Amino acid sequence: MSSDEDERIPLPERPEWADVKPIPQDDGSNPVVPIAYKEEFRETMDYFRAVYASDERSPRSLGLTVEAIKLNPGNYTVWHFRRLVLEKLGSDLHDELDFVNSIAKSNSKNYQIWHHRRWVAERIGIEAASLELEFTKEIFSLDAKNYHAWSHRQWVLQALGGWENELDYCDELLEEDIFNNSAWNQRYFVVTRSPLLGGLESMREAEVKYVVKAILSNPGNESPWRYLRGLYKGDTHALIHNPEVSSVCLEVLKEKKNCVFPLSLLLDLLCYGLQPNEEFSNVVEALRPSNSGPPEVNLKKTICSVLETLDPLRSNYWIWRKNNLLPSSEV
Amino acid sequence: MESPSPMTSSATITQRDQLMVEMKVAEIYHLFASLPHHAQTLMLELQRDNHVEFLTKGLKQLGPNYGVLDANRPWLCYWILHSIALLGDFIDCKLENDTVDFLNRCQLPHLATTYAAVNSLITLGGERALSSINREKLHGFLLRMKDPSGGFRTKIRRSSAIEVDLTWVLNRRTSYVKINVVVSDYSYMPKIAEAARVVWLFLLCSMSLADLSLHLVLRSWLGLYLCLPQLPTISFPCGEMDVRACYTAISVASVLDILDYELVQNVGNYILSCQTYEGGIAGEPGSEAHGGYTFCGLATMILINEVERLDLPSLLEWVVFRQGVECGFQGRINKLVDGCYSFWQGGACALMQRLHSVVVGQLHAKVKKTVENTDSIQTPNLSDLENVPGASSTGSGGMPITDSVLKLSDIGFSFIKEQIELDPLFHSIALQQYILLCSQVQDGGFRDKPGKQRDHYHTCYCLSGLSVSQHCWSKDVDCSPLPKAIFGPYSNLLERTHPLFNIVLDRYHEAHDFFSGQ
Repeated sequence: MSSDEDERIPLPERPEWADVKPIPQDDGSNPVVPIAYKEEFRETMDYFRAVYASDERSPRSLGLTVEAIKLNPGNYTVWHFRRLVLEKLGSDLHDELDFVNSIAKSNSKNYQIWHHRRWVAERIGIEAASLELEFTKEIFSLDAKNYHAWSHRQWVLQALGGWENELDYCDELLEEDIFNNSAWNQRYFVVTRSPLLGGLESMREAEVKYVVKAILSNPGNESPWRYLRGLYKGDTHALIHNPEVSSVCLEVLKEKKNCVFPLSLLLDLLCYGLQPNEEFSNVVEALRPSNSGPPEVNLKKTICSVLETLDPLRSNYWIWRKNNLLPSSEV
Repeated sequence: MESPSPMTSSATITQRDQLMVEMKVAEIYHLFASLPHHAQTLMLELQRDNHVEFLTKGLKQLGPNYGVLDANRPWLCYWILHSIALLGDFIDCKLENDTVDFLNRCQLPHLATTYAAVNSLITLGGERALSSINREKLHGFLLRMKDPSGGFRTKIRRSSAIEVDLTWVLNRRTSYVKINVVVSDYSYMPKIAEAARVVWLFLLCSMSLADLSLHLVLRSWLGLYLCLPQLPTISFPCGEMDVRACYTAISVASVLDILDYELVQNVGNYILSCQTYEGGIAGEPGSEAHGGYTFCGLATMILINEVERLDLPSLLEWVVFRQGVECGFQGRINKLVDGCYSFWQGGACALMQRLHSVVVGQLHAKVKKTVENTDSIQTPNLSDLENVPGASSTGSGGMPITDSVLKLSDIGFSFIKEQIELDPLFHSIALQQYILLCSQVQDGGFRDKPGKQRDHYHTCYCLSGLSVSQHCWSKDVDCSPLPKAIFGPYSNLLERTHPLFNIVLDRYHEAHDFFSGQ
């Protein structure tokens, strides 16, 4: 038991609560999924129900929500009521951020906390931007892929600003962990949406260089491969016309014959109409197992067949792709 | 950049965590491989009795640690009842009645818990459970949860259109009353200004009343002055808006046969804005593609007949790539395997099997478009894809539907009536292996991964994923799966679940007959 719990005075013994009649939970006579609440939990919620029912938006209600939230940060009704009380009392919202800090660190995967935090930051306005960016940074130092924290950070950037150092921050995170797909996603978010950058098309060349380097350092890392395709989202024409794309695939395959990602990208390039050069055909042909009979007439089919054996977990998918290649005459 | 080996200290956090899990899983698979045949069969057996016991016990009593799930008790009901139904078991009559009473007693101001309660009642089935659902009220509730942008929010905020707020301000010399009138509905403004003068006069006469009663008197008086019997309350959606909220709203409306175009309006645009460059769907626009949201987004788009608007080939590739060396699914790229994604990702794969013609149509359109554009530089966009043969002319079930006669609530029903044209595109046996050997807890219940504790959420979604992977080879909903589709003894076979609602199929049919006949 922590000293906090030792010091807790039960609510019925606190003089300031003497006038309140607690309301017990009405579960009916035969409740299902009943929870054997701890006494402290039951008592706090009984008093909470009382102030909620009388809609008492007072300082003591605010204090009570703190106790209730600490016992169960997932109770959306308590959070909701807390916002009503904060509004009524005109409380200092910076203090509120501090309170959320203390709760969020140990409950960072909880929907309600992040929703509440957004509400507070929205009311504080642009001066909250730097605080919120700093706060999410702290969360990421514990869990760099926290989904809610990333959503919150994106909301902060879009609603309150603070884009200046965001690309550098992505760099920093990727330097730490090049496999962090959340950081790749954030990078994409910044490149495509930052008002300080020129948008995807103007950033594309530099980003391709960045991502190619990342691919070559770890060809088995799916994140940069998806990112590379993402840089050409909706523009397959530009994708097949950048020689850097097919050459990074071939370069990887020469070193690492069993790598799935470059092969699947090559397959798509061919499907989109890329005319393979001799090097391309040679690299792919070299991947065919020697005992697999006569070469397929079609390079796309060859890649599908190679993937089918190389990637047995997805063999159904690669067979399906092979069966649904558009016959060349139709293209 | 040097390629760090996962074995060295320069490995990143992602690599180290991944390696740890791979080693644990490999250990289990090695042990399994080393066992004699009969011991293997034993290890693969679904521990039905233990699972039912774990689940039923939870329905009857939960320990104090469940306090953090206090606001999610309808969810606990759904996870438990759906799991028991998948196992082909039932709860006794009394417990069933108690559950109906409990669910009807729960006030459900939250969209996600509403979904859980409705699915629970349908899973219980029978006249008493089904007729306890007030569909008209729910329709109104869902409409109120709709954000002007088209998405849904999880909670509603009800406030009085006019709040009269009195504060006694104590001054050293005099005490006076500060009146705050907060008006949420601005159409009352002119009248309020006029009323303010009269309020003051009224106050002078009632200084003797206590604070609270004065407040009440004033409120009702103001209502009287404005010729309103009660001060009007207005409610507006609040709470988080995301793909999950959209799914729970649309799923509930569809299964209760109350889905209409008003509810559907702009939902498709919202979901579409959440499909990411990776191919999967995120919780909000700009976020990372995620298994749970991908299932929710895809199912929603099918239910509102707008699935062709998604980039389905990219979505499909993203999903099949989430199955990893551990044989189970991960939720996001480079994250760890987790048993619950057996349903979220496996279920999305099962949905894709029924969208075959639309996916192939899009795949070919992409190809043709690029080739055509090689000469005339144009970027293909998604709206072009709607002209693909087999896309706009067919509904989600591949069945011809003209928009004028399409009844939205029928989509969930017709979707599973069609024969499946396509074999599953994920590895269904491997998935069953992960669920049975790594997620199953022999004493009952399922878990995220080895080393984690069992819980009801993972039990529900591991069993749902197991059911999906057992049935995904049967072309027809009425056919039993062949023995080779079942990993382990054939007695492992679970009941079939509706892939859009995740409700056991015969319970779904009972509800469908009940509501469509009303």
